[in-house]
Amino acid sequence: MGCFSRIVAGPMVGLALAFTALQPADAAEGVSVFSDPSKIAAIGGSITEIVYALGEEKHLVARDSTSRYPKAVLDLPDVGYMRALSPEGVLSVNPTGILALQGSGPKEAVDVLKKTSIPFIEVPEHYSREGILEKVRIIGKALGADAKAEVLARDLDDRLTSAEKQTASIKERKRVLFVLSVQGGKILAAGSETAADGMVRLAGGVNAVEGFSGYKQMSDEAIITARPDVILMMSNAGPPVSDDELFGNPSVASTPAGAARKLIRIDGAYLLGFGPRTADAIHDLAVSLYGGQVTD
Amino acid sequence: MVDQSIAGPVKAMSVSEGDRSGRARIVIVLLCLGLAAAVFLSLTSGASDASAVNVIRDWLSGAVPFDAALSARDSLIVYDIRLPRIILGILVGAALAVSGAVMQGLFRNPLADPGLIGVSAGSSLGAVAIIVLGATILAPVTALFGTLALPMAAFFGGLATTLVLYQVATRRGQTSVATMLLAGIALAALAMALTGILIFMADDRQLRDLTFWSLGSLGGATWAKIASVGPIIILALAAMPFLARGLNALALGEATAGHLGIPVQRLKYTAIIGVSAAVGASVAVSGGIGFVGIVVPHLLRLLIGPDNRYLLPASALLGASLLLLADAVARTIVAPAELPIGIVTAVAGAPFFLWILLRKRGVVDL
Repeated sequence: MGCFSRIVAGPMVGLALAFTALQPADAAEGVSVFSDPSKIAAIGGSITEIVYALGEEKHLVARDSTSRYPKAVLDLPDVGYMRALSPEGVLSVNPTGILALQGSGPKEAVDVLKKTSIPFIEVPEHYSREGILEKVRIIGKALGADAKAEVLARDLDDRLTSAEKQTASIKERKRVLFVLSVQGGKILAAGSETAADGMVRLAGGVNAVEGFSGYKQMSDEAIITARPDVILMMSNAGPPVSDDELFGNPSVASTPAGAARKLIRIDGAYLLGFGPRTADAIHDLAVSLYGGQVTD
Repeated sequence: MVDQSIAGPVKAMSVSEGDRSGRARIVIVLLCLGLAAAVFLSLTSGASDASAVNVIRDWLSGAVPFDAALSARDSLIVYDIRLPRIILGILVGAALAVSGAVMQGLFRNPLADPGLIGVSAGSSLGAVAIIVLGATILAPVTALFGTLALPMAAFFGGLATTLVLYQVATRRGQTSVATMLLAGIALAALAMALTGILIFMADDRQLRDLTFWSLGSLGGATWAKIASVGPIIILALAAMPFLARGLNALALGEATAGHLGIPVQRLKYTAIIGVSAAVGASVAVSGGIGFVGIVVPHLLRLLIGPDNRYLLPASALLGASLLLLADAVARTIVAPAELPIGIVTAVAGAPFFLWILLRKRGVVDL
């Protein structure tokens, strides 16, 4: 027994030393403008949308699988899901620059891409009006289209501000439960620090979920306690959940939303993208929530 | 060391020994050629048009390349993306296949695989812990080891599980294989439950990382990773051939093997340390790649018989080749995107294996 422990302990120590000795050097960072913006790979749906909104789509040579709008983008080669990139796949489209939304990965793939001479710009993501404007300005600067980006950012700023104001005078705030999926009767709901939470608040609603961040399964009692007035779901995300299946869940049925069978479905990329279409999405969501009370 | 006097009785195990060993040698030579072909195919195929042949020719001739930028890109693709993946694929494929063969011999059970001794579940627990807690509780670990924190945690998780298991199953210097199987099931269940708690704590981004990790991929291959887990796998693989005679004798039962002069206890713990090190290191760098450990040894038993002296090296060769081919498919079939390799091994391997079993119905032996 003791002999076994010793046999194992040796390699363990050796391995730990090997691991510490082999730290990869960090790639040089800090590029904010592409020296040659002629062939850009866009990773992340909102990044691609912003490039189109800037009228700079002629530069795009590749997209990721989350980039599905506008329709024309589907003709570009797809380098895979933004969190499971293949470095050789990205390099195979011979990009002169890579624009990637924060959270693109895996880390090893990004490290290899940063080893090349191809500039790699990571665009931060914040679920707020400022977050969208920041994305537009960073992408505009990277593509050498600062003036266009400023025009677009101002325009989006106006539209987002007025979209937020539409619901400012409403006293009775709707409690919204965003349901990501219903798997085997289990409700996966959005807590704080999610795109869904940001949108609900921008549209003048209150996230019915309190006490956790990210997406979590909610217990039946937690759903009843959350008392949502409205359920919000994505359309076109996987197999559709029928209204009957959702409201057939006893805990959902016992909430105000269940009693009134109040369910809103909005396209996922449109609702959660935090890009150029977000102002319209806020308006649509606000109208779905408050109907005639929305002031233009 | 193994007493030479056992060679006779062990040899008498198979009916047509001379016939089989001759055939086995031929198969091993063919497998060597197959591996060389698989390496060449992997080196020259990929999502990009980078030509490995050109890069190597440039390098050999020392000539000034025609287009410096393109050639730099190509040499990065060949040396920093394809080559590490090939080496990792060979190591992991060989480790999984040989570990499967050794486990099946040790437990005298055709269904045994490294997962049985809890090493896979333990490795997964270590990996998931880093994915979920790497930014909070385990931040010092990730700060210290960077991208190598995950493989390291997975390796130690697997090894620690095996260590506990071994202590549980060992009484007065004798390890009970049956106790080990049952304890392995219990420990795997415990490790999975702890993994479940972590999954519950994970946010949506971490969950997506977990999903991709559990499907397995050689995509994260870097020289640093190979340098860290390569020696472990190579050492473990190098120890395995010394087990061949002992495992052959063990097929006759523990008592018989003991009477033949096989140090059964030492055989057991060498096998277990070797397997847990090899599999722990493999799971650590490539995630969950299933199927190789069960299918490769069985396929080879049907071809060359159950003699471990040929089965172990042949498993290493075939496991490495199959994983390389699966990875080549994974890298090119949906280019420029990439499939997780676990999907490829199962989709390609399972029907083929079923077909072999149907053809050879009733003659599957160990």
